[in-house]
Parts: sequence; structure tokens; C-alpha cells
Amino acid sequence: MLIIPCEIKTAQKEATLEIAFAGDWVLDAHTPSLESLLAQINKGSSIKHVVFSTEALGHWDSLLMTDIIRIIDQGAYEGIDVDITTLPDGIQGLLSLVYAVPERLDAKRHDTKRRWLEVIGDGAISAVHEAGALLIFVGETVLSVGALIRGKARFRTIDLWINIQDCGPSAVPIITLISFLIGLILAFVGALQLALFGAQIYIADMVGLGMTREMGGFMAAIIMSGRTGAAFAAQLGTMQVNSEIDALKTMGFKPMEFLVLPRMLALILIMPMLCLYADLMGIIGGSLVTVGFFDVSFLEYFDRTAGAIHFKDLMVGVTKCSVFGVLIALSGCMRGMQCGRSASAVGKAATSAVVTCIVFIVMADSTMTLICNRLGI
Amino acid sequence: MTTPCLAIKNMTMAYGDFVIQKELDFTINRGDIFIIMGGSGCGKSTLLMHLIGLQRPAKGQVFYGADSLWEADINVRQRILNRTGVLFQSGALLSSMTLAENIALPLSQHTQLGAMRIRQIVSYKLALVGLAGFEDYYPSEISGGMQKRAGLARAMALDPEILYFDEPSAGLDPISAKLLDDLIRSLRDNLGSTIVMVTHELASIFAIGTNSVFLDSDTKTMIAQGSPKQLLAESTDPKVIRFLTRGIMEKNSPHKTNSQEHSKV
Repeated sequence: MLIIPCEIKTAQKEATLEIAFAGDWVLDAHTPSLESLLAQINKGSSIKHVVFSTEALGHWDSLLMTDIIRIIDQGAYEGIDVDITTLPDGIQGLLSLVYAVPERLDAKRHDTKRRWLEVIGDGAISAVHEAGALLIFVGETVLSVGALIRGKARFRTIDLWINIQDCGPSAVPIITLISFLIGLILAFVGALQLALFGAQIYIADMVGLGMTREMGGFMAAIIMSGRTGAAFAAQLGTMQVNSEIDALKTMGFKPMEFLVLPRMLALILIMPMLCLYADLMGIIGGSLVTVGFFDVSFLEYFDRTAGAIHFKDLMVGVTKCSVFGVLIALSGCMRGMQCGRSASAVGKAATSAVVTCIVFIVMADSTMTLICNRLGI
Repeated sequence: MTTPCLAIKNMTMAYGDFVIQKELDFTINRGDIFIIMGGSGCGKSTLLMHLIGLQRPAKGQVFYGADSLWEADINVRQRILNRTGVLFQSGALLSSMTLAENIALPLSQHTQLGAMRIRQIVSYKLALVGLAGFEDYYPSEISGGMQKRAGLARAMALDPEILYFDEPSAGLDPISAKLLDDLIRSLRDNLGSTIVMVTHELASIFAIGTNSVFLDSDTKTMIAQGSPKQLLAESTDPKVIRFLTRGIMEKNSPHKTNSQEHSKV
């Protein structure tokens, strides 16, 4: 298709300005500038009427429409009469559609520049709101746990089993790999120093205590926050987007009991086991390094480990890990329930769930380590 | 106005071995408001997916003018599809973008227009669908009916020759649905585009449909085609008549007399 270049010709007869469109006004055509024409249409000029002529007009689409609309708007603004009756029927029909619904002036939004003080203030206010929302969520969780203890919480047992399956057995491969490698790394880093004193056998103490009291549970929690915390947020967020949570509410279910409780229970039940498993994997990883490179036998290593670890060390690790489980479930579910109603909101919910989980885990871990230290546990 | 612009030739649609519809053969003419109708689950929306290039037919062809959509290479197919616009059932606006950004997206991708020009076209399209002034709103901030109209503005962004609608009046109140029908008709009249609509809204079908095809889920093929009014007057197929009369009045059946008696009482 040969495109005829588009042109605008203007001719003034006494008080009437005739605007003639010519050529093909299709998207991607190079259109002449309207600025000088619009400048002519003002109160100060001698023009009182504007008429259009379209004899030489070929194909046209939105491009021509936008220009005609600009001319009409300019005319209306300057109080000059613009006559559209000579335009083709199609254009007139579209124009009547465009002006059928007047522009909602109150709908327009204006970007206002915000000052830095305002930005800081808004940040502080939203931080307070955030903290409030967290407290409310924790409160609601406590209430629904109370309902659970009284046997009044309603959720489907099958949901609990599905969540246990998701959080537990399905997570075992990644937990195995990571804890094994963590044990290996701990042993390597420690062994290089201890070997200087010929104290290789103490690697067993170090890896054993390090894994059981700290690293096993901590690493399991970090993995689970990325794996499960994000999944909870995305699941609940998508349910929010699809109005599923609203549907549950109308059917008389409390989302906190129906959705949050089974997830939280699953994590609380499963995290101690994952922690013990991670401890074991770490110790095995450490033993491989020690036996392989530092002239210690398996028997010596495990005997030493058994001597070093006491029941209370295991309990400290497992307790910490249970707390982490609660925190992961709490932040994952909270971000999911707070999710907005769009695709990008689900992404944000998953991201902030992981960030919240990790921050909480690190804070809780330091606090508990400090407490244990002071109490001499 | 009987230039064919879209022709479906002996098409079979299937998911794996499961045949949805077979032996589809019909033509859509330029300027038609073409209705694809049929009961729930008969494959109306699937047919639409085949027409807009989202699903490949198991057998047969879709011709846009002289070009076969599915035999053309990917660039040609994209060029063909750029001349079409689709309004999905829920509007399918991208939720992370404002209405203006949604409508500007195809314009900035497929044309070399400047930012100022795109802004003007966006405002014009929004004004066309009665949403002037809502440029900076996010889809989640406006009502379902408005989302649908904004979706229509996006579908029209590139001045398509063929506009597809999937259940345009679903979820709208009767007055909004009527307004949307009027809008669709006046867009067809003024822009000269062809409209293809999947719907089972009888009011819309009779008000604006100029041609149609009726898909049947039992025989898995089309059992009637023609203008909806003509189908109602002339069709002898009980399924078609029952559909077009909402199942109340079957021609020459006892139901008819029953219902009339009821109405007398």
C-alpha cells in the first residue's frame, strides 16, 4: 500500500479558518506539527469560526482523531466555534462517543513533589502502622491457638497433613545437602586452626556443639524461610487475589484458623525433627573431613562427639528451631494475608515474607543465644 | 459489504485426543458483528483461542484474507495478529501498570510514535470508552465494568481491523451491558472494523449480531449459522431454538402451550 504523506493546509476567509486535511493519516505516518495552527486559534485573532475540509483525505485512524480533538479542545478553550459537520460520518460518530462522557475532572491525579521531611514522616507513620499490623496478627494468632486448645478451632485435618508433607519430607533433600556441606565447612575451617596445636580430635567437639546448639537449627530455618515462608505468602496472597479468603469468611470460616493454623502447626511439628536431622547430617559431614584429612578414626570421632554433646545442647537447638518455625509461619502467613489484589502484590508478599522471616530468625537467634549464655545453659 | 476477512476451513480443535469441535467451516465478512454461540463447555472460548493465535488447530486452517495464520512463519503471524485486538473476559489488564501504561504498551512496542503522541492517543481511546481522566488509575482501583472498558481501549490501541470479545457483557448490569453493546456497534460503524464475539447473552446476540455460528457440544460441530434473528425465525433445529428462546418456547412442543397457559393464570 502506497502511503500518501499527510498535510494540513489552512486558508482564512474573513473570520473563518478552513483546515484541510490531506493524505493518509495512519499510525507511523509523519504528521505535520499542529503548534502553529493551534496558535492561530486564539481569542486575540480575527478568527471566529473553524471549519474542516477532508476532500483530499485518504486513510485515517487514531492519529487524525487526536489532532482533531486537540483543535476542538483549543477552540472550546478560546471560545471559538469549531464546526465538525463537514467531517466524514465516521469521525463525527467517534467524536460524539469521545464527548458523550465528560471528563471526570476529580478523577485526574496530579503528581505533587514531596519534600524529604514528608518522605521521612510518611516512612515513620507507615512503620508504626506496620508494627501495629504485626501485633494485631500475632494477637489473632494467639486467639486462634487458644481456640485450638479449647478444641473450637475449625480447619480440615487433611490440610494439616498436606502442609506437614510439604514442609517435612519434601524439604529433606535440600536440608540434607546444605547441612552436610555446613558440617564439612565447619570442620575444615576449625581443623586448620586446631591442627596447629595437634588438637584435631577437638574438631568433633566443635562440629558437634556448633551444629546442635546453633548451625543445624539456624540453617534449617533459613532454608525453610526461603522454601516454605515464601510459599505460604504466595499461596495466601493468590487466594486473596482470587477472593478465596473472602469466600471463606462468608462461609463462616475464620481465615486465621482455617488457613494459618494448619500451616503454623505443621511447621512447629516438623521443625524440631528437621533440626535433629540437620544436626546429624552436619556431624556426618564433619566426620568425613576429619577422618579423611586429619588422621582421626571414625570411632574416635563419634566417641568424642558423644562425649561432647549433652542432652541440654540438643534441647537448646531444638527449642530455638521450634521458635524459628513459629516465626516463619507467622511472617509467611502474615505477608500472604496482607497481600494486595494484583499479580505484582503477590510477588511483593513473597519477597517481604522471606525478608521478614530472615530478620526475625536472626533477631530471635541472637536474643536466645544471649539468654542461654547468661543463664549458663 | 461482503468481503470475507476471516475464513475457517475444515478446522478440528482438540486437547490431545479429546476432540472439542470438528469440521468447522465458516466465513466472517468485513463489517460483521459475528457471534460465536453455544451452551457452556461447547468450545466457544477455545475457538476464540484458535482465532487469535493462542492455540494451534489439530486440523484445518484459519485464513486472514489470503494468509493462513498457522502456516505462516512466526513474523508473518505476528504481523497478522497486530491487526487484531482482543478483549478478554476479565479485561486482563496488567495489574502493575496504570490504565495509560496498559494502553500505551502496544503503541510503544509496535509503532515509532513519540511519547507526546502516545499520550494523546491514550487519552483519546479512554475518552472513546467513557473513561476520560482515568489515565493514572491502576486496574485494581476501578470497578469491573470500567476494567472491561479499559480492556476495550487497550484492544483498540492499534486501530485493529478485527476486534475479538470474550463474553463482553459477563458480569455487567443490564444497562452497562446495553451501553457496551451500543459502544461496540458504533465502533464497528465508525471505524469499519469487524467484530467477533463469544457470548451467550441473548439480549446482545439479537441486538447487535449480524451473523453467527452455533456450536453444539453433543455432535461436536457447528449446527447452524446465519444472522441470529433469521436463525430464530427459520431454524428447525430444536437445540438452536431452545437456546435462542432460553429453553422456554420450543416450536411445536407441548412446553409452548404449557407456558402460555401458565402465563394466563
